[in-house]
Amino acid sequence: MIWKKEIECMQPAELKKLQSDYLKKLIPYIHSNCPVYKKKIDDAGVKPDQIKSIDDIKRLPFTTKIDMRDNYPYGLFSAKDKDVVEIHISSGTTGNPTLVGYTRYDVSLWSDVMARTICCAGGEPGETIQIAYGYGLFTGGLGFHYGALEMGMKIIPTSSGQTARQLKIMQDFKPRVIACTPSYVLYMAEEAKAMGIDPAKGNWKIGIFGAEPWSESMRKEIELVWNMSATDVYGLSEIIGPGVAQECPHKEGLHIFSDVFYPEIIDPKTDQEAKEGESGELVITTLTKQAIPLIRYRTRDIVSIRYDKCKCGRTSPRISKIKGRTDDMIIVRGINVFPSQIEHVLLGIKGTQPHYQIIVDRKAHQLDEVEVLVEVEEKIFSDEVKKLNELSAKIKKEIEGVLSIGVKVTLVEPKTIQRSEGKAKRIVDKRTI
Amino acid sequence: MKLTQISVFLENRKGRLYDVCSLLGKNNINIRALTIAETESFGVLRIVVDKSELAIQTLRQNNFVANLTDVVAIEVGDKPGGLAGILKIFADSDINVEYMYGFVEKFSDNALLVFRFEDTDKAVKILTDKGVKVVTRREIEGL
Repeated sequence: MIWKKEIECMQPAELKKLQSDYLKKLIPYIHSNCPVYKKKIDDAGVKPDQIKSIDDIKRLPFTTKIDMRDNYPYGLFSAKDKDVVEIHISSGTTGNPTLVGYTRYDVSLWSDVMARTICCAGGEPGETIQIAYGYGLFTGGLGFHYGALEMGMKIIPTSSGQTARQLKIMQDFKPRVIACTPSYVLYMAEEAKAMGIDPAKGNWKIGIFGAEPWSESMRKEIELVWNMSATDVYGLSEIIGPGVAQECPHKEGLHIFSDVFYPEIIDPKTDQEAKEGESGELVITTLTKQAIPLIRYRTRDIVSIRYDKCKCGRTSPRISKIKGRTDDMIIVRGINVFPSQIEHVLLGIKGTQPHYQIIVDRKAHQLDEVEVLVEVEEKIFSDEVKKLNELSAKIKKEIEGVLSIGVKVTLVEPKTIQRSEGKAKRIVDKRTI
Repeated sequence: MKLTQISVFLENRKGRLYDVCSLLGKNNINIRALTIAETESFGVLRIVVDKSELAIQTLRQNNFVANLTDVVAIEVGDKPGGLAGILKIFADSDINVEYMYGFVEKFSDNALLVFRFEDTDKAVKILTDKGVKVVTRREIEGL
């Protein structure tokens, strides 16, 4: 079913009018409630009453991850603190984490777009969904939870991990829908086989996978091994969490909920609009959010967009799968990792130099593994292995504290980390996704 | 009498030990005693050589991470209970041995062992008091 047919199948002219109405209200709201944005808008030489249509959005300034970091924690809030009912915190690029907040309205908006998401994937009210995204500060688990609640599904909030239990729950309660990261569902297939369960006879028929990049070949593999339909979900916590865009069963792009999350594709070098179908950086404006509305947020995800009507009946534009990033962020097990975070840790440990390299690997059907190579300097070198082991354990603990994922730390000889054009190569991604 | 040990950080890679040894060989530096402490991903090579100043300079110039540690080389009777006799002195005097290893060759009827102590000065004093023969720097250089 289509959860919000009147919106998702709206005629383009009507949709544009709706978006324009939202934007006309949004700009004065932000301008009068958020001093940081007031300054940004004023500096751009724009007066709120000059924004009359969605096309005027191009006159507005961009918002970046740096703005989020610099104005941590409350600088970008437009809502009053007492109206904020939920916050989520994710790790930032350096130092400050990224804080996202929701008013009661924002939570209902999230529930709505997540209900649209689950329906778009093929889920129906009354069915059972197993939510194996992490619950907690990560937006994945609760986002799906709110959407499924809105739809009237039966929710099994397993959260991530405890694979044997996940599989037993699948067998005992027969949820038709599974939501988790794509690498985790493949990992679970291996575990199922090891436990004597044939995944092809499993109960999950629809998978909603995201929070990390995955390819068409991974989709084929998941669909084959689990005998299910595997769909891609897109979102980012700065915008709302999951629930920004979702594939329908035709899998020809992800329907972006553009009535509330207005997409633009720009050339990241020139900041100019890319042509339809051309790849560029996805920029999103949250048209109705209250707590932290974002104007022209630079997602740094590279996608292309198409506006033609889909076979499923939806008229909402469709973005491609993520084709890359404009920065050096990598996603490991659903967690955003920036090399700068690791650099920050090493700079904080006495005696270590920020000479490091991150190696990400994924063995067949296993979860991503992260190894951090750290060059040993004379100052920290010791003839006692015990001390070197203590050092690497300390580095490991601190990196894990910042990234919230397990890493392996390996000490290496100085000047052995590959340098290209004088600059060290910080990330070696060996995964074939 | 304390001796100088050179410790070298070695990645667990093929040929790294050879690289160190051949570098020392080319510079006419002779290894007297050697041991390797290994972990899953790296090792620490510990050596006592005849020309320690030249050795550490050469290693550092060739981008090895190396440092110097004070150790003590002790002559131990090459007979059953020889080592035990020495270790008893340490145990009785509350001296902690971090690690120890043997010499490559002997230059008398006694075996030569290298000791790394938690507190080297204290250990040397006890050994001197007990009249235990420790190897001098000159002896190492002239071996």
